[in-house]
Amino acid sequence: MDITSDTHSQHISRQFNQELEELKTRLMAMGGLVEKQVQDAVTALLDGDTRLAERVIDNDNQVNAMQIRLDEECTRVLARRQPAASDLRLVLAVIRAASDLERIGDEASKIARNAIGLVEADNGSRGFVEVRLISEHVRMMVRDALTSFARFDTELALKVVHEDEQVDSEYQSAMRALMTFMMEDARAISPVLSVMWILRALERIGDHANNLAEYVVYLVKGLDIRHTDPDELDEQSLTRKG
Amino acid sequence: MSVFPQPRTSSIGPILDVDREASCLEIEGLSLAYGDKPALRGLALRVPRHRVTAFIGPSGCGKSTLLRALNRLHDLNEEVRHEGRILLEGQDIHAPEVAVAELRRRVGMVFQVPNPFPMSIYDNVAFGLRLLGGMRRRQMDDVVEWALTSAALWHEVKDRLRASAWSLSGGQQQRLVIARTLAVRPEVLLLDEPASALDPISTLKIEELIRNLKSQLTLVLVTHNMQQAARVSDYTAFLQEGELVEYGPTDDLFTNPRLRRTENYITGRMA
Repeated sequence: MDITSDTHSQHISRQFNQELEELKTRLMAMGGLVEKQVQDAVTALLDGDTRLAERVIDNDNQVNAMQIRLDEECTRVLARRQPAASDLRLVLAVIRAASDLERIGDEASKIARNAIGLVEADNGSRGFVEVRLISEHVRMMVRDALTSFARFDTELALKVVHEDEQVDSEYQSAMRALMTFMMEDARAISPVLSVMWILRALERIGDHANNLAEYVVYLVKGLDIRHTDPDELDEQSLTRKG
Repeated sequence: MSVFPQPRTSSIGPILDVDREASCLEIEGLSLAYGDKPALRGLALRVPRHRVTAFIGPSGCGKSTLLRALNRLHDLNEEVRHEGRILLEGQDIHAPEVAVAELRRRVGMVFQVPNPFPMSIYDNVAFGLRLLGGMRRRQMDDVVEWALTSAALWHEVKDRLRASAWSLSGGQQQRLVIARTLAVRPEVLLLDEPASALDPISTLKIEELIRNLKSQLTLVLVTHNMQQAARVSDYTAFLQEGELVEYGPTDDLFTNPRLRRTENYITGRMA
């Protein structure tokens, strides 16, 4: 049974409605903060703004606290309501999504730390073009994944899954380009390695956005599409048998 | 059919599929009415052997009526009319050659409120055996012990078998009633809200018992408590207004029901 965005307003228990709405709202708030963290971390690097980078690192505590709070709320709903069917799937999806958002937050901090190192060493901007390109791509994935969660939109979720493949290939070619820089100039190895760590973090963020999108499919359709070849996934294939 | 390669593995048990199960009971086009008031409308379902099947649904949906039909408890009510067939191991339970007493030995029933007879614990369990007759004292002792052990009650009562059944707690009484039913070696055990009058610990003991008994017989459970259905049953049938709405593996029904009506009921939404 597919669910739609209005399903959670129809419980006989109004309190239960509110609790489930609250979970979604909190997840979206956490998602908003995490998205901003990624954006700020990349901006800090490209603009050479170490204070912004420091702030990203500080804010990570807030992201962690939000995950813990969401987990507590989910535990409470599980214990008190014993949700079933789509309600159960919502709670599970929120727990999983919060964990991926927290990891995205960690990656943002990593980017910020590497950005500080790079700005302080002042070693040019090799690889920044690649960082800008991939960061825009993965930020859009995170945003779309969150939107698809909010709207129970599997079509948008599948788009995110397909985007992730593209990010992976962009990441591969960026790595090849950076490798060339290192071979040409040994003094570039240290700064280029930092940029590689940043790209690696961005690529991981794409993977987490991909996970978020997979949870949306689970939430809406009750299908577990993890470890499935993205080429086999389209709206039609998500139509459940029977 | 989905082309989608859905991984179907489960760490908590085998993947269930009612079409691959051997049937114990087959219900075919069953309609039943109290006078001119219809209670069941054209039900068709197969109850798999050695499994626990739960019937759930709102009050008045017909789940208890259906359970009672399975051992012809409606026979004495002249108002009740039915159509369709119920097959027990392939045989129509309404066939003229089927004796009701023998049918009820094969298909035992346990009710919501424990109903031990006003006699000793031993005599309660031996009651059905004595009715059947032809059993020696020694043999009867063995069967009583076996039945009480199967009902997970033996260790609590073995030193006071002559005590009145009414000296037992509610949960023990319910297990005694189950032992009394088991003593005559039924093939099917019907349970109508067997734990709704019991405290949580006694309820868990009954649920544990239900799970353990399925190696011996087929169980059919009617319950208002959906968590209970989710905990103990292998298959769940959801009934509404005398119709079978959805029937399938309990795991599927409680995580991803196919129909909106089922979803609304098990999640507590307005229809």
